[in-house]
Amino acid sequence: MTSAMLVSILMTLIAASTPLLLASLGELVAEKSGVLNLGVEGMMLCGAVAGFAVAFSTGSTGIGLIAAIIAGVAASMIFAVLALSLMANQVATGLALTIFGIGASSLIGAGFVGRTITRLQPVFPAMLSEHPLLRVIFGHDILVYLSFALVAAVGWFLRRTRPGLILRAVGENDASAHAIGYPVIAIRYAAVAFGGALAGLGGAYFSLALTPMWADRLTAGRGWIALALVVFSAWKPGRLLLGAYLFGAVMTLELQLKAAGVTWFAPEVLAMAPYLATIAVLTMMSLGRKTGRLDAPACLGKPFSAS
Amino acid sequence: MLEWRRRREPSTLMLLASPLIAIGLTMVIGMIVFTAMGYDGFHAVESIFLTPFLEPQRWGDIGVKGAPLVMIALGLAIGFRANVWNIGAEGQYVMGAIAGTGVALLTYDMTGWWILPAMVLAGILGGMAWAAIPALLRVKLQVSEILTSLMLTYVAVQFLYFLVRGPWKDPGGFNFPQTRMFTADQTLPTVLEGSLVHLGIPAALVLAVIAWLLMEKTTAGYAIKVVGLAPAAARHGGFSAARTTWATMLISGALAGLAGLFEAAGPFGQLTPQFPVGYGFTAIIVAFLGRLNPLGIVFGGIVLAGTYVGGEIAQSTVRLPQAATGLFQATLLFMLLATDVLVRWRIALKRRVA
Repeated sequence: MTSAMLVSILMTLIAASTPLLLASLGELVAEKSGVLNLGVEGMMLCGAVAGFAVAFSTGSTGIGLIAAIIAGVAASMIFAVLALSLMANQVATGLALTIFGIGASSLIGAGFVGRTITRLQPVFPAMLSEHPLLRVIFGHDILVYLSFALVAAVGWFLRRTRPGLILRAVGENDASAHAIGYPVIAIRYAAVAFGGALAGLGGAYFSLALTPMWADRLTAGRGWIALALVVFSAWKPGRLLLGAYLFGAVMTLELQLKAAGVTWFAPEVLAMAPYLATIAVLTMMSLGRKTGRLDAPACLGKPFSAS
Repeated sequence: MLEWRRRREPSTLMLLASPLIAIGLTMVIGMIVFTAMGYDGFHAVESIFLTPFLEPQRWGDIGVKGAPLVMIALGLAIGFRANVWNIGAEGQYVMGAIAGTGVALLTYDMTGWWILPAMVLAGILGGMAWAAIPALLRVKLQVSEILTSLMLTYVAVQFLYFLVRGPWKDPGGFNFPQTRMFTADQTLPTVLEGSLVHLGIPAALVLAVIAWLLMEKTTAGYAIKVVGLAPAAARHGGFSAARTTWATMLISGALAGLAGLFEAAGPFGQLTPQFPVGYGFTAIIVAFLGRLNPLGIVFGGIVLAGTYVGGEIAQSTVRLPQAATGLFQATLLFMLLATDVLVRWRIALKRRVA
């Protein structure tokens, strides 16, 4: 294998992994606070369409990214009001959010199908970002570097800071956290909003960086894979990074085999790979598990009311 | 100030009224949002929620779209009652259709009354087999059935694409990605002469009654509800959570598979890449609109089938895009979940702290 090929494969790997990493990191924080938001796919689609529509209209991918964050947070707030304030079933609410995201992105995106924009550009100057070898390190857009920085930041926040400790306490034992005087619901709102922001960015990565063209259901179920990754990570940001790149590798392999014209696999069989891999990984996680509930936060998915 | 106060007992009135309140709120929100987006919001809502029910010539179409929704939702609701979250009914629906179509393709040059029943059986088994995978993983390894059943939906859809583009492509079909058309012995008989109304519609109604009897009149139904509401009590009572998971997953898989086979052998008459239309997901909304009650689900299925039919009407009357139907359905589920709070809580004036 030539070094040029290796560089190209690594570039594809990083591009495929970044949206998964962003979306699943946001969900990890929400789940650490005890909230299971199954609407990741829907929030990603909201971010993807808002990012594209705004980038197309303003000509600025930067403003598009901000719009994607706002759209992701807005979508997550629908979930929060229903699941946190009105104590609705979190599984059903998350599903509703995904159905909503599919419908809303398809409706808003209808006018943009097939339109193109200038994709998100690398951060570093061309001398570095287009260097045949160094582009592996310097050839990426802002979201790639942001995703790595956020993994470190979230890991530090959850383990080393007081607010992080409180967030985990709310997820592990909401009644005690409430009794001590922490605002359980407010903290969960914040965690869900963070999840929404990162899902929005993850979705926008599809429409602004990977394929700078709008297509219906652009995220193709990646939001669900992001949810599985959180389980895979055992709610640890470092392992989440590993998991996201593992799945990125599966998708890269799919693309490489397709590009190489490998014919003994039908393209449909290759397209199944990420979903089969998800099931395989979830199964292996369970086989390797020693204790009860896979290190999940104890209050995950349970509604909380103070009265 | 107002505050939420927990009811001593769930309100029966609100249990029945909240779905209607939710539909009303969805209509108001839809009107406002689509007017703000520059559409004729009033007529859009009228087309989607009223026209299908006011024009008798649409009723057949409502039945055709409602039957699979009701069948799938019946199975899902039984699972949801037991806290078993099969959200991959779409995949089981597709696999049921694939299994039934397999029988159809094997028997295309044969005739006989037994062919359709064999397809029905294959459809049921296909859906059950696909649901057995998440059931096995949940029971043996505690893997979340939510994620596995959903992932298997994507796998099933790709498998369908593979079959219709490859081994099952109609040899006389001008290279279109679709199977042979089913023969007369492989097609669901229509109930009303000269209409689309097929056997699946009365079948769905009969199944709803059976599901109601199962849930309300048998020990098995009681066990399912106890496992969902109070897992610890269920263990004491000797109700096995593992058996409940198996039973509810297989029932919902069987019903989704049957719905898929009916759709393939009914309105479609063959398999094409357009076969999966999302009934498996919409059925989740139907289940909630019906309050997880089999008879309520018939009502829910009629309303949601109406939104499909009405969505098509609104496309021509007020040029509403097709995606708007999905948005209305999601809003309806949001409103259902929101109004659900009224069953267990009531709004009251805040008590003064003395």
